[in-house]
Amino acid sequence: MSAHCENGVTGNLLRFYGIELSEPMIFGIGSGLFFFYMPLIKMNGIPVTSFRPLPGVIFKRVTSRLGIKVKVKQFRNEKTAMHELDILLQQGIPAGMVVGVYDLTYFPPAYRFRFNAHNIIGVGKENDTYFISDPIMEKIEKIHYNDLLKTRFAKGTYKPKGKMYYIKSVPETFDIKSAIIKGIKHTCRDMLTIPFPYAGLNAEKTLAKHVRKWPDKLGERKAKLYLGQVVRMQEEIGTGGAGFRFLYAAFLQEASKIMNNPDLNEISEQMTAAGDLWREFGIASGRIFKDRHPGKEPYTEVSEMLLNIKKEEEIIFKNLNKTVKSL
Amino acid sequence: MKKEEVPQYDENLLNGIKEIQYAVDENGEYTEVKSPGWEPKNIALKQALKLVDEMIEDARQLVINGEKSPVYFYMNLKQMDFSILKEETGFPKFIIKKHLKPSVFKKLSEKKLKKYASVFGISKEELLTVPEKPVKALEYNFGFKLKN
Repeated sequence: MSAHCENGVTGNLLRFYGIELSEPMIFGIGSGLFFFYMPLIKMNGIPVTSFRPLPGVIFKRVTSRLGIKVKVKQFRNEKTAMHELDILLQQGIPAGMVVGVYDLTYFPPAYRFRFNAHNIIGVGKENDTYFISDPIMEKIEKIHYNDLLKTRFAKGTYKPKGKMYYIKSVPETFDIKSAIIKGIKHTCRDMLTIPFPYAGLNAEKTLAKHVRKWPDKLGERKAKLYLGQVVRMQEEIGTGGAGFRFLYAAFLQEASKIMNNPDLNEISEQMTAAGDLWREFGIASGRIFKDRHPGKEPYTEVSEMLLNIKKEEEIIFKNLNKTVKSL
Repeated sequence: MKKEEVPQYDENLLNGIKEIQYAVDENGEYTEVKSPGWEPKNIALKQALKLVDEMIEDARQLVINGEKSPVYFYMNLKQMDFSILKEETGFPKFIIKKHLKPSVFKKLSEKKLKKYASVFGISKEELLTVPEKPVKALEYNFGFKLKN
């Protein structure tokens, strides 16, 4: 079991091949921390906010940074996608898959929305039943062929198109330090330098500016739903809390020991503090949801909180960027 | 966040499982802590679920009033928008929009009705009408009841 589905899946696939890495380590090496707010793309009528990169990239980055050979495939034909999964399972090869959660029959019902970026591992098959290792579940789950097919070919925003990924071979040794450095550099780049107002820290600023206008622009009900979506994504199952900030802080702490660099531990503490700020933003938002007529002021307040988070995180990532360059 | 501060607000939204949160222990070391939920997050989720139910009820009323066909009710019940329904049925969007008119729906061929029924996972007979009372999506679709 792990916090984030893709970390969990990547970790479990690596473990199968004898590579033991903690979830924070996978998250950090895979540059899993990101921020994306895109009012032009909507899911169920609400702008997309995301605290993670697109599904599949953590696996790709971690394996490539450790020199592990993998295969990633998408399919047009549903039957072929299932057949190729069967062939892998027959050979005893576990296969990661991107799925939609709406048709994931064993998933907690309250979380079964049309959300298409969940990761699971197929670990076996008996007749028409597949055995699934799902990072958010506590035991191996079962799913019927027809349901698995449906989830692998879920429709709507970000279609998984049967996406499947597995490990082909692992090297005898790998350089974890260089992988950590690459992972951190990539995250700093993502958060600090994308010249686009909807990604990284720029997106935090854009979101802050928009939040302030929501009650006027959208009305009471919709403004709450928009803000609710941000909090849901921030605390989505698998974030480990506070939009992955605590998970990333845990990574920096572990990296500090491996790299023998106390600065990273200090930045880890700052990252924990940033996570606490996100939590406070969540609490303030929660008060808005509860209030029948919250008015405009609390939106200005949470907007200010977001601006403050952006300011703090800018200091953290600039500091991190400087530190990693000296490693 | 400290280990003992990890929220333990349980409304059974996770249906018995707990999720992993990361927090620091008394020595400042990060560790995993299990959590069944957190109030602000739960409210945000319940708010989203409530919206789904409201949209379903609005749709049900429109069908009862003869303004929309049952296709409109079932697409809301199954959280499908036009893009999903278009791909699932293979019908173009403008055709589906026509099917939302009760007068057009009445004349739909057996084949098209069966297509919709199978996409919605219901029988053809069910498709011809809507439930008499308001329905809750979680209960109807997954047999799951929210607390309170």
